[in-house]
Amino acid sequence: MSKSLKLYTALGVASAALMTGAYNFADRSIAPMPLDAPRLSAESVSPDMMFIAAARAQEAADAKRIGLGREALPEEIAAWDVDVRPDGSGLPEGSGSVMDGEELFVDYCAVCHGDFAEGVDNWPSLAGGDDTLADEDPVKTVGSYWPYLSTAWDYVHRSMPFGAAQTLSADETYAIVAYILYSNYLVDDDFVLTKDNFLEVEMPNADGFIVDDRPETEYGRFSEEPCMENCKDSVEITMHATILDVTPDEQAEADAAEAMEEANADTSADEQIEAMTETEEPAAESEAAAEPEAAEPAALDMALVEKGEGVFRQCKACHQVGEGATNRVGPQLNGIVGHPMGAIDGFRYSKTLEGMGEEGMVWSEENLAAFLEDPRGYVKGTKMSFNGLRKDEDIDAVIEYLKSFSQ
Amino acid sequence: MTADNEKKGASRRAFLKGAVAAGGAVAGAGMARAAEPDPLITEVQEWASGLGEGVDATPYGMPIQYESDVIRRNVEWLTADTISSINFTPIHALDGTITPQGCAFERHHSGAIELKKEDYRLMINGLVDKPMIFTYADLERFPRENHVYFCECAANTGMEWAGAQLNGAQFTHGMIHNMEYSGVSLRTLLTEAGMETTGDLSDKWVYVEGADASSNGRSIPMDKALDDVLVAFKANGEALRKEHGYPVRLVVPGWEGNMWVKWLRRIEVMDGPVESREETSKYTDTLEDGTSRKWTWVMDAKSVVTSPSPQSPITHGPGPLVITGLAWSGQGKITRVDVSTDGGMNWQQARLAMEGQTKALTRFYLEIDWDGSEMLLQSRAHDETGYVQPTKDALREVRGENSIYHNNCIQTWWVKENGEAENVEVS
Repeated sequence: MSKSLKLYTALGVASAALMTGAYNFADRSIAPMPLDAPRLSAESVSPDMMFIAAARAQEAADAKRIGLGREALPEEIAAWDVDVRPDGSGLPEGSGSVMDGEELFVDYCAVCHGDFAEGVDNWPSLAGGDDTLADEDPVKTVGSYWPYLSTAWDYVHRSMPFGAAQTLSADETYAIVAYILYSNYLVDDDFVLTKDNFLEVEMPNADGFIVDDRPETEYGRFSEEPCMENCKDSVEITMHATILDVTPDEQAEADAAEAMEEANADTSADEQIEAMTETEEPAAESEAAAEPEAAEPAALDMALVEKGEGVFRQCKACHQVGEGATNRVGPQLNGIVGHPMGAIDGFRYSKTLEGMGEEGMVWSEENLAAFLEDPRGYVKGTKMSFNGLRKDEDIDAVIEYLKSFSQ
Repeated sequence: MTADNEKKGASRRAFLKGAVAAGGAVAGAGMARAAEPDPLITEVQEWASGLGEGVDATPYGMPIQYESDVIRRNVEWLTADTISSINFTPIHALDGTITPQGCAFERHHSGAIELKKEDYRLMINGLVDKPMIFTYADLERFPRENHVYFCECAANTGMEWAGAQLNGAQFTHGMIHNMEYSGVSLRTLLTEAGMETTGDLSDKWVYVEGADASSNGRSIPMDKALDDVLVAFKANGEALRKEHGYPVRLVVPGWEGNMWVKWLRRIEVMDGPVESREETSKYTDTLEDGTSRKWTWVMDAKSVVTSPSPQSPITHGPGPLVITGLAWSGQGKITRVDVSTDGGMNWQQARLAMEGQTKALTRFYLEIDWDGSEMLLQSRAHDETGYVQPTKDALREVRGENSIYHNNCIQTWWVKENGEAENVEVS
């Protein structure tokens, strides 16, 4: 007994439970385990021996440890270990309906992915593309390509919405995923996704993947001793990159980068804005300025402009402002404060907003504030699928920022 | 006027273009007697008389203004937003093999975050003896290793699948960098958490994820995790840059860059892969019949001539010419690089600047006496497994035209008589 006890007491870091178990076991132990006994396979050992083997394994592990770090607490693991696997393990309790999902999707996702998950601009489309994988330009969406539903849940829950990750509850995530399934015609409109029916959803491309087969299909044929002389009869150019002409213009880009660099030399936004509004700067400075003309110099609160620049990050995915701003998902916003509504050149507005403009309404600060607080409430049927800014101070700041780009 | 021009380092390309013409005019005059004495020599220059900048003028030095065109560049139309996007290393303008951090390509999925060392925590959990938390200070107390490895995005050269598209080695091959990493082997950290109770390791995986909003989780088989994966905190001798995962990133030698998780925060030992977004919907390779390969982790042998190339034209006219480029393989060492000047009809072996290092960039040179006629420049890498870099057609034969990732085909530059070069495809 004493010998096996000694073995167990050597386990300095073993848990209290293990130690108790060890004592209980050791008391009843029939024969001491020689220290140099070979490890036995699990099938052939008695529970007693397995216990000893586990304890010895623990000892072996301890011997290799350097002794740094600390044990992770269960709460910490729960906070970070949120991955969901194809078999559904990791899914929390909860549920969400297609109907709820649609509302959430319009609020949180549609700004990039479109109301019907069809994707806006270069942002990913999440729906459609059935049977296109063998086509020239496959459309890879959750419905047409993703093999596991767990991937969608996991990704939405931990990384979306873009810019506000980890803010969706489990129920909201179930609902949004349900809506994505619905937009792919994979479930009906009365469907409710839950932890329990999660694995019943069939993903169309579940069997569409094979494990990397390059060793079999490529490595042999690409390992032959290559030809060194007179390898072809003739060589013709079959395609030129310049015909497509999609390479960025380095000159223009470098100029812009330089301008940015100069503008950023003193990184405070105040100074940047000031540089932009002052007209009598030396040539080098005004070159960097985006819009050198005067912009009601007295009116701007620079601290507020700077704050507004931060708030505007939420708008940037769709709206451009400043030098070279163009219409994207939303219209460019240079000179928007005081501008007639629905009237930025070349942008296709909702009928409502166009009508408001035709009635002579302009984006006064007051109107902009009302719109930004509740876009869909202020302009029924607006195309802007943004939920609105909750804080008045954010609204004031972003308007001040937009004013700094008056024309 | 000159000061103005010099300030605009950007105009270097314009300068090069001008020099192409000028170079043509003095072709063959290299050894000839100068017509006029060179005022740069005969007249006392300002820099030879006055004083330069004192120490500490730039406590952390940046490249001199004349090199301001050697920068990362973005291809705007590629992605919806720069926050989730990629830019390219200016490989056309670099030499040697080590990529300076400041111009090493960036790829973010939720932007480059700022995470302090003091706020850094690394969790190891799952099928380990004891789930652990390490601080940055803890990591610095483990035995350390130094290794040079290349990191290549799986999408490098991806835009060239369907045909020659982008005009410059930076854009066609610039999703790569090569740095010397200092850090702790993942094996050491897993041992610290203990794997005596993990069971059979051969079917186990680690799931690694970052602290940013994308988390960019990836599953790595245990074999690889215990082989050469590094938890790195220094690159080229200094702290990692924010854009490369400061303070701690994962280094997965020879495997696609997406697995090199930045801002590494958690490692979970598992009995299977998570099949996360980055390993199902992305970083998988669709073949001609619509089925897709997954778990295509290794970056196969590849090379490219970095100069001359579209952004690095020949400016000196006929005569001695240095052709140079980079070669690498995720399977091990580069053993040989062949270069063709006639579009692959005839090849000659290039000179390796140094013996190939495993899973790191190798620089090659071929010095020729250029006769001023047009060239179709190609390079072809061989690695220690016997693998030879394939042509684009050979790859398409196996994979079709819908692939994006893992395009390691032979690249062709058409160098014209005036020294300018263009990205082309040849028969």
